Amino acid sequence: MSNTACYHCGEIVPDNTNIQAVIDHEDREFCCIGCQAVAITISGAGLENYYQFRTKNAVQATDNRELQEKYALYDDESVQQKFCSYQDNVASATLLVKGITCAACVWLIEKHLEKLQGLVDVRVNLTTHRVTVSWDTTQLKLSEIFFAIDAIGYNAEPWKANRVAQEQQKESHTALVRLGIAGIGMMQVMMMANALYFGYYTGIDESYEAFIRWASLFLSTPVVLYSAFPFFNAAFRDLKTKHLTMDVPVSIAIALAYSASIWATFQGGGEVYFDSVCMFTFFLLLGRYFEMKVRHQNSQATNDLIGLMPNSTLVYTDGEYLITPTEQIKVGDQILVKSGHTIPSDGRVIEGSADIDESALTGEYLPVNKKEGDSVMGGTVCLDHPIVIEITTVGHQNTLNLVVELINQAESSKPRIARIADTIASRFVAAVLITAVSVWSAWMFIDPDKAFWIALSVLVVTCPCALSLATPTAITAATSSLKRSGLIITSTHVLETLPTTTDVLFDKTGTLTKGKLSIAETKLTSQLSEQEALNLAAQLEGSSEHPIARAFPKTQQLAQDVEITAGGGLSGTVNGEQYHIGHSQFIGNKTGLGDITLPDHNHWVVLSNSSKVLAFFKVEDTKRSDAEHAISSLKAQNLGVHMLTGDRSHSAQLMAKELGIENVHSGLTPEGKLEQLAHLHKNGHKTLMIGDGINDIPVLASAGVSIAMNEATDLAKTKSDMILMNGQLGAINKAFEIARQCRRVIKQNLGWSLLYNLIALPLAATGFIPPWAAAIGMSASSLVVVINALRLKKI
Amino acid sequence: MDSILFLIPVSIIFLTIAVITLVWNIKSGQFDDMETPAHKILFDDDEDLLPDDAKPQKKTEQPSDK
Repeated sequence: MSNTACYHCGEIVPDNTNIQAVIDHEDREFCCIGCQAVAITISGAGLENYYQFRTKNAVQATDNRELQEKYALYDDESVQQKFCSYQDNVASATLLVKGITCAACVWLIEKHLEKLQGLVDVRVNLTTHRVTVSWDTTQLKLSEIFFAIDAIGYNAEPWKANRVAQEQQKESHTALVRLGIAGIGMMQVMMMANALYFGYYTGIDESYEAFIRWASLFLSTPVVLYSAFPFFNAAFRDLKTKHLTMDVPVSIAIALAYSASIWATFQGGGEVYFDSVCMFTFFLLLGRYFEMKVRHQNSQATNDLIGLMPNSTLVYTDGEYLITPTEQIKVGDQILVKSGHTIPSDGRVIEGSADIDESALTGEYLPVNKKEGDSVMGGTVCLDHPIVIEITTVGHQNTLNLVVELINQAESSKPRIARIADTIASRFVAAVLITAVSVWSAWMFIDPDKAFWIALSVLVVTCPCALSLATPTAITAATSSLKRSGLIITSTHVLETLPTTTDVLFDKTGTLTKGKLSIAETKLTSQLSEQEALNLAAQLEGSSEHPIARAFPKTQQLAQDVEITAGGGLSGTVNGEQYHIGHSQFIGNKTGLGDITLPDHNHWVVLSNSSKVLAFFKVEDTKRSDAEHAISSLKAQNLGVHMLTGDRSHSAQLMAKELGIENVHSGLTPEGKLEQLAHLHKNGHKTLMIGDGINDIPVLASAGVSIAMNEATDLAKTKSDMILMNGQLGAINKAFEIARQCRRVIKQNLGWSLLYNLIALPLAATGFIPPWAAAIGMSASSLVVVINALRLKKI
Repeated sequence: MDSILFLIPVSIIFLTIAVITLVWNIKSGQFDDMETPAHKILFDDDEDLLPDDAKPQKKTEQPSDK
């Protein structure tokens, strides 16, 4: 019965799972109770069309009832005030919804929420995954909206525009206005330029010519003064820092052509270049606009703030635990952390015992058991039992914050990026200016009347339109092609630097592996068949939320009288007989067998009845299916492959061996990882780091190029140059291929535009190029560059 | 030919209106989401709006099935 895909999320339904429901007149199989519940809700609301509309599978639903308590928190007014706005009885808020995969999700969420009594408006943005809702506070509670989103398998969090996001929106709006004005201006001025070009041949009455010139001047003024303003601004800044970039020749060309045309308009002689000026500005702004869009994807993909730290904590005050904003906790506070919650700050356990997931900070994939007196780190997750913690440090002294501080240090050691276009620009500017001046001096001897106009046409003809479009167009095309293979670029230098990479560094947990445990091997020590043993284990583990428990197949039948021992295991009765599952020590105590010898040094979970051991299960973090292939093809490209992991266990070495990675550094602290990287940089290596945890962030920030996995913490994503959305490591090879192709296209484009300039320059210098020819030449060369760049989309 | 002296200023007035409209469009956020509306229009979820006799067969069967 294996290989059936879950009707909701498309994951393969594990063996021995029998979760079904009738959806759209047919029996459907599900991988877990969570997905089943979601599908039943969707179908119950009459929205089963979702399954026909969708083009991508849904995200596997989590069956986490803990959320309900968290959601109830959002009804608290002081909490709401942080992200809601009110108008009479109607409140509105923006939520960030995780799990939106395709347009059908938008439809589903909107339709489902619209059914809520008291909902005023709901709008889902497919690109940013933000949902804007407004509701009548007298009829509907915010927590109900959260529940409704949760019920159909998504996960909502309040979203508050932070400063960066607000600035980006403003920047994007301004850029669009500038682009729009330049576009409209360009079209009009071009029409008038046509009249002038025809007049050039057929003759035109001087008064009309003057009138059309005045009109062109009027129309192109906003284009130059408003739309082209960013170029002047940047050029001015670059000149002050004595650093020549593309903005300098661009500004010189625009400013000179514009002022000379004004002069010609007033004087009534010479040539006007208003059309060239407008077209030039429009094309360049278009290139910049696309580049900006790529940059902004960053914050959209990283889902902004609200990451690791919980917004509120339960603090012990006057005999009870009160909900308190996290920022207000002090050293010495006693706080209650429930299972599944994140510990807000470093502290010491003073009551209870629980398994803590520290993988984000240390990279260790197995949870660590913490008892009374043990210290715990802020940002780690309490897994099974509620514990009381006394806070020992807050703010900057937190382990988490220390890692964050490492980042600043790491960023300063990031290798400097020389952009090809800027290197060429500085030489190009000098060459053009020298040529223009010498042409002018030469014509002063030949014909002083023509000298100025010819020198100007040299500047306009050689104006680096194609040159400055060469890079942005190639990068935009390559970015969209990378996006299709699952990689989102957040900083554009990547495509230029990736081909020079010599070494690829991988983190282990969550990067080479799925960060999810599964059963790798079963050893039987009784008459039970493998199937029966797994069944028993699954029934016991079914009541636990522990990562190890999730490795076992899911069933609807659960063991009775289940008792959970933190850091040990579970006990329960199935068909009247008592069974235990867990650590060897725990089983030893329960069965009275004392020390139990495990098959080897790996992590084994033991299943027993009340007197003897029945089976051993080897639990392992599973490799990503294409890790091996990805690594072998990276090695085939002569790249050095390394593994940097915080995991101390033997499994790191084993996995490296299986994957064929020779350079393994295990048991590394974040500082240790950074040292390894610095060592490589010192020896002249160019690095690419791929990671996901908090302990990887300093290395991600410092590596030449960095890729964060989609499951990575938000901070890791913001510090990375790329985000791997689909978790397929093969995309990295694709990225290398696309980046190489992109670099080639950039070089071709630069070559072409330089060639065009070389041909046009002597013609302009000898006075053979009238304004219309200059305009045609310029747009033709820009077009060649754009079309060449579009080839990158086909990869 | 004199008409051009009149037509060009008129076109400039129209242009100004176009620019003002564009700026208003952008500021009110109509260009913020370029993807969702394109997909939305493709969903056949307008069954409620159809007259009863024009509804597809499948939909009328469904309630008896539940």
